[in-house]
Amino acid sequence: MTEDQVKQIVIDIITEIAPDEDTSDLKPEVNLREQMDLDSMDFLDIVMELRKQHNIEVPEEDYPKLASLDSCADYLTPKFNAK
Amino acid sequence: MHQTRIVITGIGLTSPNGNTLEEYRKNLLDGVARIQMVDMRYMGQVPAGVCDFDPKKYQTRKELRVGTRAGSIAIYSAREAIADSGLDFENFDKSRIGVYVGTTEHGNVETENEVYNISKFDYDTRFWTHHHNPRTVANNPAGEITINTGITGPHYTIGAACAAGNAGLIQALQMLRLGEVDFALAGGVSESIQSFGIFAGFKSQGALGTHESDSNKVSRPFDKSRNGIVVSEGGCIYALERLEDATARGANIIAEIIGYRINSDASDYVLPNPERQSECMRAALKVAGLQPEDVDIVNTHATSTPMGDIQECKAIKEVFGKSPTTYINNTKSFIGHAMGAAGALELAGNLPSFQDNTIHPTINVEELDPECAMPNLVINEPLKVDAVKVILNNSFGMLGINSALIVRKFEG
Repeated sequence: MTEDQVKQIVIDIITEIAPDEDTSDLKPEVNLREQMDLDSMDFLDIVMELRKQHNIEVPEEDYPKLASLDSCADYLTPKFNAK
Repeated sequence: MHQTRIVITGIGLTSPNGNTLEEYRKNLLDGVARIQMVDMRYMGQVPAGVCDFDPKKYQTRKELRVGTRAGSIAIYSAREAIADSGLDFENFDKSRIGVYVGTTEHGNVETENEVYNISKFDYDTRFWTHHHNPRTVANNPAGEITINTGITGPHYTIGAACAAGNAGLIQALQMLRLGEVDFALAGGVSESIQSFGIFAGFKSQGALGTHESDSNKVSRPFDKSRNGIVVSEGGCIYALERLEDATARGANIIAEIIGYRINSDASDYVLPNPERQSECMRAALKVAGLQPEDVDIVNTHATSTPMGDIQECKAIKEVFGKSPTTYINNTKSFIGHAMGAAGALELAGNLPSFQDNTIHPTINVEELDPECAMPNLVINEPLKVDAVKVILNNSFGMLGINSALIVRKFEG
């Protein structure tokens, strides 16, 4: 799994969680919460979907690593490839 | 004791057979019921009253994903009521608006769904949603209204079983009289058709209705062959104000609430008590300063159970047996039992009688049960009369809760 594929998975999850938002032009290096209206419950939804759909666990202390698409890719790609 | 007069200035609703008062009323006069067969988890096909209002009219897709169906029904009904009231909502002090929503229950749907959800993950509670608690707290439907509208006054739900719709209105009236708020959104909602447990519970009680061929005929109060209820979803929210405030802003006044009573049977968990029901109606009449013969329409609670319908008929005959111009009808034959919304929706279906002087019937009576025969029961066809000025609305619920609400045509 490449980092780009991981980013797409995260974008797909966000599209489910925030269906009113435009996810077609997200800047990968900018915090997601600066580009969209996402609150802490929404981030928990991202964690839950990673768990449900991809069997990936994100412990609470790692939540800040999901801040942007780039940081998601950095953090999650090794987890996807370790499965 | 002088009591501040409280009036209805707006109505918003969704029922299985209408998403506006006009559509709903037309179907009541035309005899159009709308009950469907739906797939119920673990139970197969069951009849249910399903609403088809557009939830995206007032909510974003995210709000719909995060919130509950009861919240969605409540928001739709409340927003429609606000619009109907003509209130300058933008500029109104939102800390002076209260939200009082009756429900029979809340939380069943969401809990059943989550248990089902984690059953697919070997009951691992790591898969239990973080949305569970805000979705299941009992105030959820009222709270969702406040989040959607920006209302910062008080909100809560009133748990009153199937009397909840009346109870919501009564609570709002009391809060307006106390001066707690200046504008109230009140009534009741139901999302109960999404809870298999509710259907299964009624079925185990022997109270879930059936019909051999037509889902629209399952709910048939007073009919000899009736065998149980239809569970429905729905919502009806009223805008209520003190008369002086409604007059000052030039509001259209739909009706005035002139009497009410809630009481308790104190006898059985499920079986109704006709003596306490009579007492409830008589107490409401006393508050209204009326005699039974002053009432033009009694809208019955009657849910199409063999026992319950008879008990209510006994109570009504005791109070209204000698009132030659008091007519009796029922709304559940059209829309099933809308649970927390029932009292509120059933009252709304009758309010247009103040304008058109027509009493909508109770339908699906193919053979009237002699034990339910009442003088002036309006069956199958609407009835035109000289004038309708006073409506008494009955709603009764489990644990022996009874409510009677009396509304009068506003003529100054």
